Amino acid sequence: MTEPTHVDGNAVGALLHDVFGADMTDRRGCCDECGAISMLATMLAYRQAPGDVLRCPACGAVIVVVVETPARVRVTFESLRWMDAAASS
Amino acid sequence: MAGAALLGRLSWLAARVTDVTVETPRVRTVHLEAPGWPGHRPGQHVDIRLTAEDGYQAQRSYSIANAANGERVLLTVERVDDGEVSPFLVDELRPGDRFELRGPIGGYFVWSPENGGPLQLVGGGSGVVPLMAMIRARAGSQIPTRLLYSARAIDELIFLKELEALDADTGLEVTYTLTRARPSGWEGFDRRVDRAMLEEVTWPADRAPLVFVCGPTGFVEMVATTLVSLGHPPERVRTERFGPTGGSQ
Repeated sequence: MTEPTHVDGNAVGALLHDVFGADMTDRRGCCDECGAISMLATMLAYRQAPGDVLRCPACGAVIVVVVETPARVRVTFESLRWMDAAASS
Repeated sequence: MAGAALLGRLSWLAARVTDVTVETPRVRTVHLEAPGWPGHRPGQHVDIRLTAEDGYQAQRSYSIANAANGERVLLTVERVDDGEVSPFLVDELRPGDRFELRGPIGGYFVWSPENGGPLQLVGGGSGVVPLMAMIRARAGSQIPTRLLYSARAIDELIFLKELEALDADTGLEVTYTLTRARPSGWEGFDRRVDRAMLEEVTWPADRAPLVFVCGPTGFVEMVATTLVSLGHPPERVRTERFGPTGGSQ
């Protein structure tokens, strides 16, 4: 039996901090596929790919992809309708 | 000042190992002094970066095990046998060694005494580490707290002595379950965490506890899903998944 391989968006916290300049794990984002709203910390993080993928916990859509190379960090917003600019609590 | 952050980026700090203590056959606590450490909240984690002489770098995340204490940071690390970093941390590290550390990271899976209670903690294997930071921070606060802690065997229960000492104390109730091997006379549970166990020993939903669940991904999903089905609001059930191995990533 294979266990699920994902971890929490929380695990990508340092990389997101570098990209956005602040802790992002308690910000909410809205999935453009299904409309579910979830904190980045609770998105499903897949870290095996060459890069980090955050998926919607409700429908599995790819929300954000972060690829880090020695030269730059590139963030691709695949399916993110909106994201809070400040912590939601 | 050394370690001053470029705007927005987390700085790497040079941390010095002051001690390495044995928790279980596979688990060590690495005691660090990190000049410039800004402090942390229980539940947060750090990234560490090891650099080999040839310049090769390896980076991993580990949960912080202690309550905030100046520039002192405790990392409790389980050896993942085919891992690249944890065997070094568990077997090779000595007082006086240095490596880079940055953090603290994460504003979601955190709890401090001012958040109140009751507090429900559910840990699988080394998933107990960030929960222990919360337990250490609550000491003396009287906040009613329950910990359900699952491990394979008694010698894999991290922090057992400290938990037993605290358990006799104020408002902390610890329930253990051992899933693979039990010593004779074992009085705790002897199976994987399931719905009946959660109903029996965790705070019921009508007590409105704050819930933190940490462990391997499959464990966390099962526990969180079951607690929500027992009536806990999803936003009060916070989770931290380690991934499939049970190690810290």
